[in-house]
Amino acid sequence: MVILFGLFLLTLLVLTAVAIVRTPNLFVAVMLMAIFSLLMAANFFILDAADVALTEAAVGAGVTTVIFLSALALTADRERVTKTGTYFAMGVVSVTVVVLIYATFDKPVLGDPNAPVHQHVAPWYLEQTPELIDIPNVVTAVLGSFRGYDTLGEVFVVLVACIGVQFILGASPPPQAPRGQDEQGLRHHLVPQVVGRLLFPFIILFGLYVQFHGEYGPGGGFQAGAIIATGLILHALLEGESAALKAIPPNTLLAMVAGGALLYTLVGVLGIVLGGNFLDYSVLHSNPVTGQQIGILMIEAGVGITVCGALLSIFHAFAVRD
Amino acid sequence: MDILGYYNYWVFAVLLMIGFYAVIARGNLIKKLLGLSIFQSAVFLMYITMDKVEGGTAPIIQPGAVDQIYSNPLPQVLILTAIVVGVSTTALGLSIVVRIKETYGSVEEPEIFDADDV
Repeated sequence: MVILFGLFLLTLLVLTAVAIVRTPNLFVAVMLMAIFSLLMAANFFILDAADVALTEAAVGAGVTTVIFLSALALTADRERVTKTGTYFAMGVVSVTVVVLIYATFDKPVLGDPNAPVHQHVAPWYLEQTPELIDIPNVVTAVLGSFRGYDTLGEVFVVLVACIGVQFILGASPPPQAPRGQDEQGLRHHLVPQVVGRLLFPFIILFGLYVQFHGEYGPGGGFQAGAIIATGLILHALLEGESAALKAIPPNTLLAMVAGGALLYTLVGVLGIVLGGNFLDYSVLHSNPVTGQQIGILMIEAGVGITVCGALLSIFHAFAVRD
Repeated sequence: MDILGYYNYWVFAVLLMIGFYAVIARGNLIKKLLGLSIFQSAVFLMYITMDKVEGGTAPIIQPGAVDQIYSNPLPQVLILTAIVVGVSTTALGLSIVVRIKETYGSVEEPEIFDADDV
């Protein structure tokens, strides 16, 4: 039954992808991209990746769509279809698909417990997490502690990407003064206004729940940051840009982006100061297991703050120009 | 049933190439970025497919559960962070597209090349 469901979802995924590439209307393509992300999230969920599904649903279907739409508002929402070179491209792509599919027969089948990927460090993580860190969610344990250095790098990539967007879009003033109507946001639309205002506190509450419940269930800083950012973007869309920027000024957002990454780094340095290694949380408390839990809680907070600030300031960088 | 075990990987290959096709065959820069997002999602799908263990469940340890099989947490960690990094880099690409539009007045590749030749 689950296999059939998976086949159905995967086939829909391919159909959606074909539709995204074929449609000349970019607005339609972006909305289809949101559906594509939701289907992808459902696929991740039936493949046992609850944390990843939550991230994909929040980031892919939520934030990415909004950022694409604000970019469309600044460019053009129709594509001019050119026919040159399509047959050559189609040929290259078809040959590569055949080669790739031929190569898949060397891979272990779906769910094979003897696949090489399950023989390396993964069993160790699953065995040692209850003993060394004592939190139920192994994904959070690996993300925050065992591979904390890796995650620190990812947080800095988000930071750098955010700085890049600020430099590219903030370098020159917007070409024209903001139009008066846009300043109102969706205030003159009654239904989005009422529903959005009702939803907003619950989205933020859910984001905070995901942030602080990340050790026990699917969740953590990356997901929570994206969910809270989505809630605040909804607020910005409803109330208009100037109201949103008054509620959270751009400088506060930039301080969040840098502050979260700094908090993460400081927790790492604190490990050295207290006599351990960089990002070794065991020394943060007299009981190493409690130390690990404190460390993960703090770095997850850092991740959440950075991701939320980065996604919001990226959104504002686009929206201010509109 | 064994042959269906490869279906995820086939979808990965097809999605990868659909995304790649949009990147190389379409002239519109936004369409190229959408194609790149599909390409990226295909890679995510491949990693997450590898994490599945037959009869397993999400790697959240349930107290008192004996002999419970858990799926592999490692690919999940890698992809979870990659998704968030993916949206940041896509936004970076889009911001460059916006500036190209402001400078050249177009996001269609042939028109941009023509403007450069003049």
